[in-house]
Amino acid sequence: MKTSSSHTTLLNKEDSQEVMIRIEGLYKSFGDNHVLNGFNMKLLKGENLVVMGKSGSGKSVMIKCLVGLMKPDKGRISVMGNEITKLDREALDILRSDIGFLFQGSALYDSMTVRENLEFPMRRHREKLGMINNTLPLVQEALESVGLAHTMELMPEELSGGMKRRVALARTLILRPKIILYDEPTSGLDPITAKEIIELMRNIQEQYGTSSLIITHDVDCARVISERMILLVDGVNYAEGTYEELLLSKDPKVEAFFKK
Amino acid sequence: MNTAKPISVGMRHFFVEIGEMSLFAGRFFKEAVKPPFEFKELLRQCYNMGNRSLSLVLVTGFIIGLVLTLQSRPTLVEFGAVSWMPDMVGISIVRELGPVITALVCAGRIASGIGAELGSMRVTEQIDAMEVSGTNPFKYLVVTRILATTLMLPLLVILGDAVALYGSALVENFKGGVSFQLYFNRVFDALEYGDLVPATIKSFFFGFAIGLVGCFKGYYSKKGTAGVGLAANTAVVFTSMLLFVIDFIAVFISDIFYEL
Repeated sequence: MKTSSSHTTLLNKEDSQEVMIRIEGLYKSFGDNHVLNGFNMKLLKGENLVVMGKSGSGKSVMIKCLVGLMKPDKGRISVMGNEITKLDREALDILRSDIGFLFQGSALYDSMTVRENLEFPMRRHREKLGMINNTLPLVQEALESVGLAHTMELMPEELSGGMKRRVALARTLILRPKIILYDEPTSGLDPITAKEIIELMRNIQEQYGTSSLIITHDVDCARVISERMILLVDGVNYAEGTYEELLLSKDPKVEAFFKK
Repeated sequence: MNTAKPISVGMRHFFVEIGEMSLFAGRFFKEAVKPPFEFKELLRQCYNMGNRSLSLVLVTGFIIGLVLTLQSRPTLVEFGAVSWMPDMVGISIVRELGPVITALVCAGRIASGIGAELGSMRVTEQIDAMEVSGTNPFKYLVVTRILATTLMLPLLVILGDAVALYGSALVENFKGGVSFQLYFNRVFDALEYGDLVPATIKSFFFGFAIGLVGCFKGYYSKKGTAGVGLAANTAVVFTSMLLFVIDFIAVFISDIFYEL
């Protein structure tokens, strides 16, 4: 749990490491439904941070505010020192090339092959990749990193749920992002495939040195992947700490997450 | 029974939707002239819209030509005016029936297709994925589709008119022994630029309306599969209604020019 000593440790860590994402006092409502009520968060460089919360707690809203897909009502979101809400479209697009986003349902483009899906993000960010003309080696490399090099010419409908998630992960990697946002990376997958995806996420972090923000309500996923966790309850960060710290908590709301 | 409230709510909803669609159209004009231009996707959409609707338009046009001639023949024979058949059919098809029927067929075929496609892309977060990857989804999906329908519909109308006239000539050849050459000579003698130009201009507006409504309904589709079905359905209903409104306005304006 977030105690003074652990908080001090975090602050010390923050001093020595770059803050990739900083959210301060984030508010978002939909009519009378107040989803986020002053949420705060920091993601450090190279860190795996898990944000847990039950369905409808505002996890996906928070992550969408973070990449500019939704506009917060109030609060500050800074990604690598850039205030998201103050960026124009062009600057936001450039910043987005440093942020990979794995969507809950994979969100592969139905009308495109796997290869075209991976090439799509490169259309607007060729300069970042050194103005390359031949995108095939990059596509191949990204697909190899998720173990699906043979699926290049397949359509998304020909892939299983787990394969789609892997291809989506390869697509997030294609622009060499510094941060990867995972929205429920294991939802809708069987336990074995979910385990494979978690393993893949760890490998990717080791291989590419990315910082990861993982939104999930899967406790097993959080246990394996998290270095630090935030529990999102009623739109605020209710508890913070490592998996072990939260597991030992006697707070009923925290305990409810870890009860099998 | 108090029906005042539901009617006022329904009317308000209708006008709000008209307002939103006008803003959507305004955004289309703004984005359409701003680089980068999606030429490749525009060509792909032109091919899709044109090629996929072609057979339907040709079959419908041919049958309309046949039926119109078969239905009109007995009356014209009764008044000894059967020699006016090519003039009557030519003018009615080119001025009114060809554009309106082709547009209605395309409303069912294209507007519903666009509504369903964009609706399912919205629901499965593909549009969000596009936005996050740095591509403007409005420009890539909406602008290209509206431009494609606007450019393709006049071509489909011309082909539909030609086939309808061919169907009519076939009946006249079969029933009255009129040669194709004579029939088409009479048709072209009867037609003036004043018939062709307003019909062609009208077809551009029909195409614009089909693309606009289909994209609007799909792009702002509500969450869930029911929302996709509703988007496709309302796209057809709204487009059909809009086509008649545009047709009325076009006829009204061309009538003013005829009188001058």
